[in-house]
Amino acid sequence: MNSREITTQISKAADFLNLRKWDYGASFSNDYSVQVDKGEAKQLKASQKQILTIRVWNQSNLVGITTTSDISESGIKKALKQANIASDFGNKNESTEFSPLAKDPIKVKEVKKRNPVGIKKLLTVLREAEVKLLESHESIKSVPYNGLSESFFERVYANSEGAFRSYSKSQAALYLYARAEEKNKKPRSSGSVKLGYGADDIDIESCIKEASNKTISHLNYSSIKTDKYLICFSPESFLTIINAFSSMFNARSIIDGVSLSNKNSIGEKLSTEALNIYDDGLHEKNISSTPFDGEGTPTKRLCLINRGRIENFIHSESTARIFKTTPTGHAGLGSKVSVSPDWIVVEKSDENFDLKTSLDHSTYEGEFVYIEELNAIHAGVRASQGSFSLPFDGWLYKNGKKISIESATVAGDIKYLLKNIVNIESSQEVTTSGISPHIWVDELSITGDA
Amino acid sequence: MLSSQIKSNEIVFGSCNKDLLEEIIFYGIGLGADFVEIFIENTDNSSVLAEEDFITSVSPSFGRGAGIRIFNGKKDGFVSTNDLTKHGLMRSVSQAIEMLDITDNKRELFNGLNKHRDYSLSKKKWINEVPSIHEISEKLLVSTKSLKKNNKIITRKGSYSRNLQEVIIAASDGTYVSDIRLHQTVGLNVIASDAQYRSSGSRRFGSSGMPNEFRLWDHEKAANDVFESSMNMLYADYVDAGQMPVVLANKFGGVIFHEACGHLLETTQIERGTTPFENKLNEKIAHESVTAIDEGISEGSFGSLSVDDEGMEPEKSVLIKDGILKKFISDRAGELRTGHKRTGSGRRQNYSFAAASRMRNTYIAKGEHSKEDLINSISEGLYCKSMGGGSVGATGQFNFAVEEGYLIKNGKLTSPVKGATLIGEAKEVMPKISMCGNDLELAPGFCGSISGSVNVTVGQPHIKVDSITVGGR
Repeated sequence: MNSREITTQISKAADFLNLRKWDYGASFSNDYSVQVDKGEAKQLKASQKQILTIRVWNQSNLVGITTTSDISESGIKKALKQANIASDFGNKNESTEFSPLAKDPIKVKEVKKRNPVGIKKLLTVLREAEVKLLESHESIKSVPYNGLSESFFERVYANSEGAFRSYSKSQAALYLYARAEEKNKKPRSSGSVKLGYGADDIDIESCIKEASNKTISHLNYSSIKTDKYLICFSPESFLTIINAFSSMFNARSIIDGVSLSNKNSIGEKLSTEALNIYDDGLHEKNISSTPFDGEGTPTKRLCLINRGRIENFIHSESTARIFKTTPTGHAGLGSKVSVSPDWIVVEKSDENFDLKTSLDHSTYEGEFVYIEELNAIHAGVRASQGSFSLPFDGWLYKNGKKISIESATVAGDIKYLLKNIVNIESSQEVTTSGISPHIWVDELSITGDA
Repeated sequence: MLSSQIKSNEIVFGSCNKDLLEEIIFYGIGLGADFVEIFIENTDNSSVLAEEDFITSVSPSFGRGAGIRIFNGKKDGFVSTNDLTKHGLMRSVSQAIEMLDITDNKRELFNGLNKHRDYSLSKKKWINEVPSIHEISEKLLVSTKSLKKNNKIITRKGSYSRNLQEVIIAASDGTYVSDIRLHQTVGLNVIASDAQYRSSGSRRFGSSGMPNEFRLWDHEKAANDVFESSMNMLYADYVDAGQMPVVLANKFGGVIFHEACGHLLETTQIERGTTPFENKLNEKIAHESVTAIDEGISEGSFGSLSVDDEGMEPEKSVLIKDGILKKFISDRAGELRTGHKRTGSGRRQNYSFAAASRMRNTYIAKGEHSKEDLINSISEGLYCKSMGGGSVGATGQFNFAVEEGYLIKNGKLTSPVKGATLIGEAKEVMPKISMCGNDLELAPGFCGSISGSVNVTVGQPHIKVDSITVGGR
């Protein structure tokens, strides 16, 4: 069944079951991926997946939901029946409705959908990439984590009031994580990830170069003394922190009492006036963009922090109604609708006179710690308390030298971190999770082994 | 006649699918595969969330699909699909054959499937024995009410999930197995707040194959435990960072062994060349007080199985005996690629993942000391009563968040501290586990790795680590 046929089928089955109000979200995907090990194919994978999530409203306007991978006539009927049963337990305390924007026009980026290149080509490309990475430096002995994949998928949202949205796209990803070994030293590892709309669009050479350079740059390492340091966050690591604490801007988290913000936090000063943060799912550099969310609301650019102050929260239909505003295109589709950011864009505002512009990661000659990548976010972030303690990969810059840091953690509090931003570099870099410049923060605690 | 024709054209759960499965396997072998494995599942899951004094989410889900794995030498091709018809399964086999570029019809032998080993016979009634959504909702609401012990508790949550998975596994070595797995888990969480102070507390409980277990769960005891933990930590200071001896509590304290060492004993790590223990079999890798076990047989434990996802009954594997490395955790691909015998540890989240060597119930065996012996032996250190999550990096470094910690001074527990993270490397820390308590207990958890998220048990008695890096402020 295609998406139009599924909609018709659901409509018919809902009529039969006397269910007047329903909506659904579906996704259909075909994925292909390869992994290699020293020139040999290791695992080749293909999958065809379909997922359908149906919500129904009962006569008391309570919502029930069911998810299934069985998109047959009988599967759809069963899902509707299950959702109807679940609606008896619908949340009486907080109602859910269709998004008022579910029929508004959507902006779809003009990107040509790529055709599959096929497993054989993926394998050839990855084999060559592995060989080049291994040959790039004598200390690189293996590429234990690697993969090249391409995905083709369609997303659909429709409801009983006639809303219907469908969007299909292609995406490819390459990751290369190398392991370097030198005598009497610990093994060191680092890597790179690149995305593209298709396998042919991926910048393979830059992925190899980045994985190689990063790995080699960690060969000479040393422990660091536990102390407070001036920190330079790479664009990737700063975006990791912002995403980990995005509950500060999340209306769902605020209602649930798990956010550091509250309903009255709009306008609250969090940081230097030089800081602007946006969520921009439709950004031209966002390969993973989708033009509507789980409730059918169009995706849009939204300012979260304007000149250091909270400007907006991200919303679903129900949180927007509670906050007396409009949905922002950040909803999932679930029994309890989740809210999450799409793609974070960090930039320097016009009000940047208080920044210490001499702090530039490529020219600054004083002592500082450069945090390249933060790890183990799920273990080290307490979003509801605002605290973090995270292992990282990075370097200590001291006396004109750069040395990789062995097993250390950076710890602090997100509000302290944002308040202590001392520079926002001018040049932004594109990462897989957003865009950001390098961000400098004063006085964060680092724990090391020295 | 009509009935058998229908059966032969689509997998039907609860029926004999032998003819169709044999036909699919013959097809793959005929096309030149060295080995063909079919994993088919049918799931019926539900989850319920209670927040404060309301049920805020009830989410049933069901699904079915197949994962087909073809080996050509040591490499494999894996295809997953929701199409369980004969046509769909054969198309998946063809796709895997094509991916592997198999062109020679070497015709491995396939003598048909063995006698059906049906582990599901006594389990078919489970679906009718598990608690209803109504019953679950009522108990969750009583539980969240029990968490409301003072006005400092600002957020109360109770969550329940039930996964019922029916599987059929068939392979060209004759394996033909059916099973039904039932996992239930329930968790309680609170956030406490007072002025600028905030803390959280959480506990999770879980079981496998015990439909009545949720009814027997002592929600009042669990609620007291979570409440006390959050209150103890509410005004805690941040821990000072540094190197120090630590005592790790039993139950979920075992996550440190799971993450720091257990993963490095999976054959997938040997395949990648990312374990420092690859060539250390029968060598000392830990303190002599350490014996570590991985098994899938403890009745009701979250990581227990009647049969693994490759059709092998799980064994009890003594990984480390008195500090000496004795065994690796292995699956079919692991045996093929590393030579380590399968241990009944081939596991996957669902049909869309190929099985891999994964832990089941993994724990350090009990020793002879009391908890007090361990604490009394430390003049200045840290007691980690409750651990959060953790992870292990590509070169073996690990880190764990301490959810509830207390300073040890002169052999006594003193003030609570927050923000601690334990950092180290397995091969350096294992020899420093110098004392094991006599109070082994297990705790359920979810482990995410190459073949998705699987149910596991971690565990240990109280243990003392002589020195470890504690990250803090």
